[in-house]
Amino acid sequence: MPGTIQSIERAAQALHLLGAVPEPLPLGELARLLDLPKTTVHGIVRTLCEVGFVVQDPATGHYSLGSGLADLGRAVDPHLLRARVSHWADGLAARTGLAVEVAMLRGPTAELVAHVFRPDGSPQRLRVGELVPAHATALGHVLLAWAPVASRVRELALTAYTPTTPSTHVALGRALQLARRQGWAALDGGLTLGTAGVAAPIHHQVGTAVGAIGVVGPSDQVLQPSGAPHPGLVEQLLAAAHATASTLRDRL
Amino acid sequence: MSGGYVAAIDQGTTSTRCLVFDHAGRMVSLAQHEHTQHFPRPGWAEHDAAEIWANTQRVLPEALALAELEVGDIAGVGIANQRETTLVWDRSTGRPVAPAITWQDTRCADIVAEMLRGPHVELFEQVTGLTPAGYFAAPRLRWLLDHVPGLQRRARTGQLAFGTVESWLIWNLTGGPDGGVHVTDVTNASRTLLMDARTLSWDQRLLDALDVPAELMPEIRPNVEVHGTCRVGLPGVQIGGAFGDQQAALFGQTCFAAGEAKCTYGTGAFLLMNTGEAPAPSARGLLSTVAYAIEGEAPRYATEGSIAVAGALVQWFRDALEMIGSAPEIETLARRVDDTGDCYVVPAFAGLFAPHWEPDARGVIVGLTSYVTRAHLARAVLEATAWQTAEVVEAMTADTGIAFTSLRVDGGMTTNHLAMQMVADVLAVPVERPLGSESVSVGAAYAAGLAVGYWPDLEVLRANWRRAATWEPAMSAASRRRGRAAWDRAVQRTRGWVVED
Ligand SMILES: Nc1ncnc2c1ncn2[C@@H]1O[C@H](COP(=O)(O)OP(=O)(O)OP(=O)(O)O)[C@@H](O)[C@H]1O
Ligand SMILES: [Mg+2]
Repeated sequence: MPGTIQSIERAAQALHLLGAVPEPLPLGELARLLDLPKTTVHGIVRTLCEVGFVVQDPATGHYSLGSGLADLGRAVDPHLLRARVSHWADGLAARTGLAVEVAMLRGPTAELVAHVFRPDGSPQRLRVGELVPAHATALGHVLLAWAPVASRVRELALTAYTPTTPSTHVALGRALQLARRQGWAALDGGLTLGTAGVAAPIHHQVGTAVGAIGVVGPSDQVLQPSGAPHPGLVEQLLAAAHATASTLRDRL
Repeated sequence: MSGGYVAAIDQGTTSTRCLVFDHAGRMVSLAQHEHTQHFPRPGWAEHDAAEIWANTQRVLPEALALAELEVGDIAGVGIANQRETTLVWDRSTGRPVAPAITWQDTRCADIVAEMLRGPHVELFEQVTGLTPAGYFAAPRLRWLLDHVPGLQRRARTGQLAFGTVESWLIWNLTGGPDGGVHVTDVTNASRTLLMDARTLSWDQRLLDALDVPAELMPEIRPNVEVHGTCRVGLPGVQIGGAFGDQQAALFGQTCFAAGEAKCTYGTGAFLLMNTGEAPAPSARGLLSTVAYAIEGEAPRYATEGSIAVAGALVQWFRDALEMIGSAPEIETLARRVDDTGDCYVVPAFAGLFAPHWEPDARGVIVGLTSYVTRAHLARAVLEATAWQTAEVVEAMTADTGIAFTSLRVDGGMTTNHLAMQMVADVLAVPVERPLGSESVSVGAAYAAGLAVGYWPDLEVLRANWRRAATWEPAMSAASRRRGRAAWDRAVQRTRGWVVED
């Protein structure tokens, strides 16, 4: 058996201790109980503060367990995501003139958790709650590309809805790789010919996405003849995704 | 003014926001800070007006910074505020003489009971179009004059100023003790019980009836008009409008024509319908109120169904019962079940508001059986908002003879799709939300933009309105009837709970 990593072991001890005492501890007390030098313990708790597992009372300087620990293993609530994305999704629709959709991964499909109508007054139906095939939409590509479980892609049934649906594992793999490289995904006619989408990840924890936000509309309104999104679209999308991600932490 | 944007300050019950809009009415920036809710005794609800002013001074630069704007980019600023919340401050120190008494506070029950027994009830009704109730500002002012030592005497000397929150903010923004402008707008003034609804001026007989010194009172001004220039916060920017938040939302939803209506779902829920150029007193527990006044034009009136507790019930479910971690999570919990298990929550926390107006009512949860889980309760919490909406819609339809064919909604609770679906279901009409649900701020910005010439007229604003979502009714008429009847029985159970010792 390989040896244990000392710093992780000590961090775990610090967390156990903070979880066992009835009130926040000053650094000196923590160091005494752990039987370690103050400087060592200071490094440990500072790191734990940084990742949200420990918090320091700004008034007293004492340490206690942070909410990051309780959140471990808890998925972001889809309705919380909808509430937080709402301003930015509306803004995106207002500025681009396109419909906006927000999705989260449900097994192998993308579930729409928010939908803003194309702001042109035309009759439209609220699509929240609908499941869309992940391999055939830009939203789905983003969710798959930043999914915590990459192997998911292997389980997908790659139905070819149109001639341009990525319907082989090679084609899908290439699309996801491109998405990861550029930080967003675009897809033209994946589900319906003449309809295109561009989507970006809403990041929560490092490397994974809790959801994807995207615009959809007639291909020529979303993409240029070259196939690249219209100028400025990607920047607006990334800004909305980023703004949403930064609000996911506060209570409401 | 060369600015390319307009700003709005939305001073609400729970928070103070600053939003910046562009010419198309699109929000480009939002900054927000919550303030402390003080509940010193059951039924009391107070705010620290100094904290609210401090938060206002924080959100202004923050909103500009977020959009990378400078003060010179702002063509004008409009203010919307929580209505009826009452404060008195010292004109020379700029300090409030007591905590602000908020619109949710019920301490004035005795003052109102006395008003109702007294000789002036009919005068109040004739002049203001309103029956005295603890909801309005004047009884709160009377309470302050009675209970803050020396206040009545000092009030006569002109040292003190009364205002609702927009008065307080405008006075401070325009210099405070150093030349601050002491004004209110017609919509806020129409909620005091002291303004003549036709002449839009204070009525001396009503001031006398409550022994309120005229020296306290702000000047009443139209909503769309330059009130002054900021010396603090947004130095040099003109204050182009002020509005009670619910009338601001009606304006922001561009309900400019008689018969057009909206409902805003925030802390409470407020359904307002534009009734045109004459006040429309209600026979069914709705409030006649001023919708808006544009400088140099005839004022427009509205009828209002005020629901005191909507989102606040969700907040109570979160904070007092600790059933959920955040307000939106109530939808997740509620969707675990298909119905409320026949339980009902009637949130008469501050008595029943429209259309019943029973100050002695208190909240109930009825229909409890061992079958009922917290998921059923979550659903009943959301349904309470829908049934309360149904009650005021019925009263409004009966009053005005105008049947709703759809309902425009806005406010924080509209991100809850289950709640909005319930509203569509119980009303049996489609419910629609505009792009950007901050209609309160949109309305304040519109007022300011019109006043400073940033927008030319109402038609341009009307063209800015965009539909962002529609919920179609999907409930059978039979379930609607059954649910509605059960709701009535539940409401019945709240009545007469508060009794004198
Ligand atoms: N997804 C949701 N589901 C249910 N309730 C919600 C949801 N999101 C927000 N709310 C409720 O809506 C209210 C907040 O909405 P909003 O921000 O429009 O109100 P508000 O403007 O703060 O009210 P006020 O102006 O009185 O301060 C809160 O009471 C909150 O509980
Ligand atoms: Mg509000």
